[in-house]
Amino acid sequence: MAMTMTQKILAAHAGLAEVHPGQLIEAKLDLVLGNDITAPVAIKEFNKIGVKTVFDRKKVVLVPDHFTPNKDIKAAEQCKLMRSFADTHDIENYFEIGKMGIEHALIPEQGLITAGDCAIGADSHTCTYGALGAFSTGVGSTDMAAAMATGTAWFKVPGAIKVILEGKPREWVGGKDLILHLIGLIGVDGALYQSLEFSGPGVTALSIDDRLTVANMAIEAGAKNGIFPVDEATLAYLKEHGAKAPVVYHPDPDAAYERVVKIDLSALEPTVSFPHLPSNTKTVRESGEVRIDQSVIGSCTNGRISDLRIAAKILKGRKVAKGVRTIVFPATQAIYLQALREGLIEIFIEAGAAVSTPTCGPCLGGHMGILAEGERAVATTNRNFVGRMGHVKSEVYLASPAVAAASAVAGRIVSPDML
Amino acid sequence: MEARGKAFRYGDNVDTDVIIPARYLNTTDPAELARHCMEDIDSSFIGSVKKGDVIVAAKNFGCGSSREHAPIAIKAAGVSCVIATTFARIFYRNAINIGLPIMECPAAVEAIKAGDEIEVNFATGSIRDLTTGKSFKAEGFPEFMQKIIDADGLIPYVQARLGLAGRKA
Ligand code: SF4
Repeated sequence: MAMTMTQKILAAHAGLAEVHPGQLIEAKLDLVLGNDITAPVAIKEFNKIGVKTVFDRKKVVLVPDHFTPNKDIKAAEQCKLMRSFADTHDIENYFEIGKMGIEHALIPEQGLITAGDCAIGADSHTCTYGALGAFSTGVGSTDMAAAMATGTAWFKVPGAIKVILEGKPREWVGGKDLILHLIGLIGVDGALYQSLEFSGPGVTALSIDDRLTVANMAIEAGAKNGIFPVDEATLAYLKEHGAKAPVVYHPDPDAAYERVVKIDLSALEPTVSFPHLPSNTKTVRESGEVRIDQSVIGSCTNGRISDLRIAAKILKGRKVAKGVRTIVFPATQAIYLQALREGLIEIFIEAGAAVSTPTCGPCLGGHMGILAEGERAVATTNRNFVGRMGHVKSEVYLASPAVAAASAVAGRIVSPDML
Repeated sequence: MEARGKAFRYGDNVDTDVIIPARYLNTTDPAELARHCMEDIDSSFIGSVKKGDVIVAAKNFGCGSSREHAPIAIKAAGVSCVIATTFARIFYRNAINIGLPIMECPAAVEAIKAGDEIEVNFATGSIRDLTTGKSFKAEGFPEFMQKIIDADGLIPYVQARLGLAGRKA
């Protein structure tokens, strides 16, 4: 039977010659990830199982990134539990504050994932690594606990939507605009229980950072995973970051897709998701007058160096508007350091923005930038649900770093060419 | 296994941020999580929910984050079952893995009104609206998932498979 790229990776990890959509399989895992919110729950469950230790101390990755540096006593207790578990089981990839970054930016950067891998994480945005040709998906804490014990997880083999990309994006348009546009097109449950498989000549026009942004938000269309074909850019990225040798899978030419969506990248415009759903998209031109109180640039979606470079290009020599709190979050320590060396941090501070240590912080309404009643933020994050960044009567508008930076300067939602 | 209770009605895309807001995720205590369950979408929920009650919602219930705190909060609030048109996939997994019964049944979702008295039978998938006298039939679970549910969740299931059975979670 012809298979999609995702199905091939799953079949290989289940030790099967082929799989079909709907089939329940048990697959071997190359990576099991957890954070300071989900790992404590998983650790408690793991301890109930009664195995002596984890299946492979090199394949379990623990990242305290959500409420860290510890925002309160309860968060500190959760991190302490995680740290002592990492000590007891000699977990090689536990990332302490100072080395820590937002997990989905950190894992590709540290070379912990490679093409052809099968990975799970107790965090919904684990689907990010599909950008590098891996199968990766978010699960819950109990799945993580069972996976730490057995090195396997159960999956229902997904069908797929094929997204064919053509053309090249215009200036100030990137991966974020593409994925927001796609979610607007198919809806927040448009790819429920399915893979989003990207293909077509437009793929090469997207940088790896752009692809990471796109795959990151596959979950916002309800997808199990989002996945990109492996090309030279992928191989170069994997090599540069010291990832293990990739295994490259291609979808069969006659693989069955449940739906095909074509997107012309050259026709995309800067796009915004209005409250309170990522699918509630408009182009910036259609957005009208949306005044903002806060601009957040960062997160696992758009906190990478290329995102910061775009924001700095816009903020250079400009000031953020009066009354707009602008907060920049480099996603990892390495990105932070790189931004410092390139002079980007100086540009942000001179423009009147605050720069934070890597953390999930305001992305999930944790700390470092919570909204009050009636306040509005434009954010490069990935969710704009009710109460996501603070008060239930606050609003989040999702956009690219270019739009978030330009909006910080204008005090309302605009794209850079409107400045 | 059967349950009986009052229906709480919600629409499409009830996300994990409203089921249990992230600001309460600095704890893993089910009772404490339950105190804030649904607070951002329905502040009266916690004051009125009783053991056995049922949540009835439309499409894509539980979308958003992977936080298992969401089904845990619902279960700890006393809810016996969630009936929806569809579930977001991570929520679906999590509910099965922690033993919160869920049922996909578009016909029931269409017909059941807030406050109706509902009776569900998990084994047969039958749903009865005692207020209106209508009955519905939900999709049964695939065999593999039924095994996890029968084992009382993924952890005891894994224990049994590893030959570590008997230490019930
Ligand atoms: S940055 Fe936001 S979306 Fe990404 S892992 Fe952190 S909380 Fe989740």
